[in-house]
Amino acid sequence: MNPGHQATRRGFLRLTGLLGLATSALALAPRLALAAWNKSAFETKGLADVYKTLGVVSPVASGDVQINASDIAENGAVVPVEAISKIPNTTQISFLIEKNPTTLTAQFDLGPDMLPEISTRVKMAETSNVIALVKADGKFYTASKEIKVTLGGCGG
Amino acid sequence: MDRREFLHLLGIASVAGMQLPLSVARAEQAAEELYDAAAFGNVSLLHLTDSHAQLRPIYFREPSVNLGVGSMAGRPPHIVGEAFLKQFGIAPNTRLSHAFTYLDFERAAPIYGKVGGFAHIATLIKRLRATRPGALLLDGGDSWQGSGSALWSKGQDMVDAQKLLGVDLMTLHWESTLGADRVKEVADKDFAGRIEIIAQNIKTADFGDPVFKPYVMRTVNGVKVAIIGQAMPYTPIAHPRYFVPDWTFGIQEDNMQKTVDAARAEGAQAVVLLSHNGMDVDLKMASRVRGIDAILGGHTHDGVPTPSVVDNAGGKTIVMNGGSAGKFIGVLDLDVKGGRVADYRYRLLPVFANLLPADAEMEALIARTRTPYESKLGEKLAVSEGLLYRRGNFNGSFDQIILDALMAEKDAEISFSPGFRWGTTVLPGEPITMENLLDQTAITYPYVTVTQMSGSQIKDILEDVCDNLFNADPYHQQGGDMVRVGGMSYSCDPTAKIGSRIGDMSLNGNRIEAGKTYKVAGWAPVSEAARDAGGEPIWELVARHLRTKKTIAAPELNLPRLKNVDGNPGITG
Repeated sequence: MNPGHQATRRGFLRLTGLLGLATSALALAPRLALAAWNKSAFETKGLADVYKTLGVVSPVASGDVQINASDIAENGAVVPVEAISKIPNTTQISFLIEKNPTTLTAQFDLGPDMLPEISTRVKMAETSNVIALVKADGKFYTASKEIKVTLGGCGG
Repeated sequence: MDRREFLHLLGIASVAGMQLPLSVARAEQAAEELYDAAAFGNVSLLHLTDSHAQLRPIYFREPSVNLGVGSMAGRPPHIVGEAFLKQFGIAPNTRLSHAFTYLDFERAAPIYGKVGGFAHIATLIKRLRATRPGALLLDGGDSWQGSGSALWSKGQDMVDAQKLLGVDLMTLHWESTLGADRVKEVADKDFAGRIEIIAQNIKTADFGDPVFKPYVMRTVNGVKVAIIGQAMPYTPIAHPRYFVPDWTFGIQEDNMQKTVDAARAEGAQAVVLLSHNGMDVDLKMASRVRGIDAILGGHTHDGVPTPSVVDNAGGKTIVMNGGSAGKFIGVLDLDVKGGRVADYRYRLLPVFANLLPADAEMEALIARTRTPYESKLGEKLAVSEGLLYRRGNFNGSFDQIILDALMAEKDAEISFSPGFRWGTTVLPGEPITMENLLDQTAITYPYVTVTQMSGSQIKDILEDVCDNLFNADPYHQQGGDMVRVGGMSYSCDPTAKIGSRIGDMSLNGNRIEAGKTYKVAGWAPVSEAARDAGGEPIWELVARHLRTKKTIAAPELNLPRLKNVDGNPGITG
């Protein structure tokens, strides 16, 4: 499709009535997640306690887990983050935000035919490390990136 | 850079030096030596950046404080004054030392006269193009903002001037503060078939689709040259997000690599990045991304005479920064042989208005576009007894006038003014016109704010802005200077980390208390709520203040006490 010069993809979808479909498809995701809703883990504060609740023992920082996000959030309320796992038999990817009021922010259970690549949007209260936690063969692996949430203004 | 040739140029320039006013013959000789340097190679790129809508010649004082921290300490562009002259082999008390440094500015400015101005730039571009057939003219952005006439015409005066000048490609920063719709309107109508806006790092916020072409391929004298665009990565953070609600920016280093690879795969023999990252960000990017031959950069307004050569896994990348306000034109000549860049020459030419006769057609266009605004711009608000400038990491004398006006007019204890790097210079004894004031304030979110802030909030703001300037990781630097502070004194350790740079905050000799509230006046808020609060534009407040004063004594700068900067060549003595 034309890269946005005349018609943006959003405009095209709106024209064709597909925007509603796309949006509702997105809306399905949280409902799927509900099946495995781990209430206590999502209400726990602090990295150590979340690990404890999830049964994570000595997670290993791994170069095979990649976390992609901008260095500085454009909007703390909607911060795009992506985690990619190259570890075989990845069955779960979680996003943990160290300094948020509740640390565990999103958790995705993956079926055997799903690519272990997850993109989502998270909300951040302040500058924090964001951790991608990968579960594979019962073991846990991490990658971490600091994302800065700034007050804004005063640009050159 | 050919050092011998450069030194030769310097020698002649110092002969034409400051002792006497220039005779016509000597002016012509000085111009020839400056502007008629031989062409080189087979691909030439002319670079204009951060003109900030200065259509007419202006004065512009370079900074006396431009500190680098971490790995950037003491490296170009973070060198000022005498150290700068030494670094780049420029003789003191010459035309070039005046162009590139703040040294002796008040005495030298009247001798060498004003710089920039699009009618003079047009003459220079024609002169350069005459010896460099096929040369491309690249505009690094920040062209549509920075003057009253650009604000009131929504950038139209600049758009018309860019077209007449023959700009081929441009990227964006402040342009976006006119709103995404206005940018698209210019791209799709005014620029159609003439000027291409390029930016690999602007995408739609929903699907991540590119908004502009990431790069374009141009064939220059039979050589395929790719020019990639990089817009200011932090546009929606440094400015109100509501101007570009559907666009996302960022540095996007991975996508930059993919874009370079795509350009090479398409057959590019030279890859040039037209960047609005700022020089520190460009230097880091050059060390990590493979396959870029040259980065023609802007944003941080650093007039750097010679390129920095950066090693990376793919070879070498040269990084330049082209100053601001139309004061300089960068000339990059590439010799492309055997499918790659074999050699290059670079010059950053100062545009001295009285060495370059005004181009008649451009002059007529400028006069025409200014007509509706001329009487308003010409109003004399007060006379300045001191030199008024902005540029510098912590404060400028024109900023001090704004700070003083804010406190006086709003009866505030403390005032804040953003650390913008644009803004022209007024010489002592000259009237401060409405045009001068708008040169410092003309933005699309100029609202004055008055806020009750706790001491801890004030500290958080100062720490936050200071981290944008002095974070040791260049990718965290946004390119502005420190917020200017009126009323309150403080200390700053640029080498510390966020949370511990700012200290000793006090007001009239009393320590600022974390839990106590203070009345703070400021302007240029980024939130929608602040926009809707209905504060008056800052220039109205300052104009009112200046009109009643009539004469403005040289302002006393409120500067922080700096720590751990001894021996740093980014600050004088």
